[in-house]
Amino acid sequence: MIAANLPILQVIAPLLSAPLCVLLRRPGAAWAFALAVTWASFAIALTLLSQVLESGPISYEIGGWAAPFGIEYRVDMISAFVLVIVSAIGSAIMLFARHSVASEIRRERIYLFYAMYLLCLSGLLGIAITGDTFNLFVFLEISSLSSYVLISLGQDKRALTAAFRYLVMGAIGATFYIIGVGLMYMMTGTLNIADLAVRLPAVASTTTILAALAFLTVGISLKLALFPLHAWLPGAYAYAPSMVTAFMAATATKVAVYILIRILFTIFGGVDVMAGMHVGVILTGLAVIAMFAASTTAIFQPNLKRMLAYSSVAQIGYIILGISFASETGLAGGIIHLFNHAVTKSALFMVMGCVVLRVGSVNIRAFDGLGARMPLTMAAFVIAGLSLIGIPLTVGFISKWYLILAALEKGWWPIAVVVVLSSLLAVIYVWRVVEAAYFRPAAADAPEISEAPASMLIALWLMTGASVYFGVDATRTLDVALGAAKLLLVDRI
Amino acid sequence: MEFPGLFNYWIVIVLMMTGFYIVMAHGNLIKKIVGLNVFQVSVFVFYISMSKVKGGTAPILRPGLDEGVEVYANPLPHVLILTAIVVAVATTALALSLIVRIREEYGSIEEDEIIAQENNQEEDQ
Repeated sequence: MIAANLPILQVIAPLLSAPLCVLLRRPGAAWAFALAVTWASFAIALTLLSQVLESGPISYEIGGWAAPFGIEYRVDMISAFVLVIVSAIGSAIMLFARHSVASEIRRERIYLFYAMYLLCLSGLLGIAITGDTFNLFVFLEISSLSSYVLISLGQDKRALTAAFRYLVMGAIGATFYIIGVGLMYMMTGTLNIADLAVRLPAVASTTTILAALAFLTVGISLKLALFPLHAWLPGAYAYAPSMVTAFMAATATKVAVYILIRILFTIFGGVDVMAGMHVGVILTGLAVIAMFAASTTAIFQPNLKRMLAYSSVAQIGYIILGISFASETGLAGGIIHLFNHAVTKSALFMVMGCVVLRVGSVNIRAFDGLGARMPLTMAAFVIAGLSLIGIPLTVGFISKWYLILAALEKGWWPIAVVVVLSSLLAVIYVWRVVEAAYFRPAAADAPEISEAPASMLIALWLMTGASVYFGVDATRTLDVALGAAKLLLVDRI
Repeated sequence: MEFPGLFNYWIVIVLMMTGFYIVMAHGNLIKKIVGLNVFQVSVFVFYISMSKVKGGTAPILRPGLDEGVEVYANPLPHVLILTAIVVAVATTALALSLIVRIREEYGSIEEDEIIAQENNQEEDQ
């Protein structure tokens, strides 16, 4: 009974827990409850992934209405993989959240904060699991609206304007998406993703469908902060509460990338969009600019959360680069980088959260001598930083290896060189922090500080450990990523 | 092309571009949100227009009354757009409450004044 209904439980559990969280009111109780819910949804996601690996895609009809008329939830290899990424990060961050949130959010608002967090989580999980384009829009807005609230709760007053800017950009992006869905519905009369994939090739050459493709791609590119539509991201990440930044950086943009993959390779799977309509070339170009421009901007940021945010824009460039190759190796590289960047970047933003808690600032000057004063936290930064650069034995290396392989496969060796060169820019901005933390003495009037609390360190080292473990033994993640790429490009189901 | 043929869609485009322009060009945050609303409303009109079938009636079976009716309008886009309206209302409410908070903190809802304050703050750091 429960096993058959896992797909709906994946979304409903956090969705219904959000109002329950409001009823609890006490911060500790709300936290414990949200922690239990996130770990339960992580368990569900893992079960779904193992079911999919064993017996192929799962289709779940909501209310017993058969697709394409009813709403279908569809779990295949890639959506199960995204579900695992989102719920894994979501549950690890809850461990981290307790002390971080207690110090950054006003006490009487904490239970509301966790309710919003659960809503955001259920929206993101819903996007990954649904097989219906309009249902996807609803989940997109659930996750977006709650993330605007979460960002605006940052301590700095600039969090408010950052949230406002994100709201305007996000609303435009979502509206573009809904225009695209409407145009597709006009031509095909269906909203079901699998059904659209069947019906679209027949009408693909019409202007209506071309306009739909343009609206969908631009709308989702706004959501995933593809250069040059990334303007909302640095401010939002820099001023949001630490826990929110770590969560959003690891999940929100990744889920938007998942939507883009679904649009380009499933809905438009039977149409030659990447080469025939030149979407591939455009994405490659923008990805390369993102890798360079954002990494270079990151080097000059005194605010390290903002620096990591620009680095996120660059890393999204790598993911989009992999997708734009439209080859099995390239797509697998992009998909595996979804996971690899999620664990790496959440670890780095958790370091920022620990430093905010103890030092109270993420300015580069606050990091002077921190290597000796917060050894465990800064060691995690070094390891996750190496992964961001792409040093062998970390996850970052696996993704970049596949991206370079894919570029060489196509004979685009300049792109391979570009991937390596832009990684060198990451060396510079990671080194700035390492230099400050380990080679500069602490200011003479620096207050005495202790290491971050154990629960935060556990979450931080879980993510840091994952970014090394899956870098040494990448077989499991690679199997899923390669399987998902094959499913999207070759089997087309 | 007969006159009313694509009239609705022209209106959709005009509304959409007007709203989009207001969002981008106006510095006043309230005006930005109004522009965003106009932009979203154009999409509602678009969905409602596309479900209209010429000569079609509401798809309700009425014994004795629906004889001879062969064409029905599509009710689904109307339902979809009800959802989208709810989302737009929620977005507007959230945006307005953010503007209230921004005014409390900055004492202004003009974007250039807010940016000037933010730049000053960055230099102070």
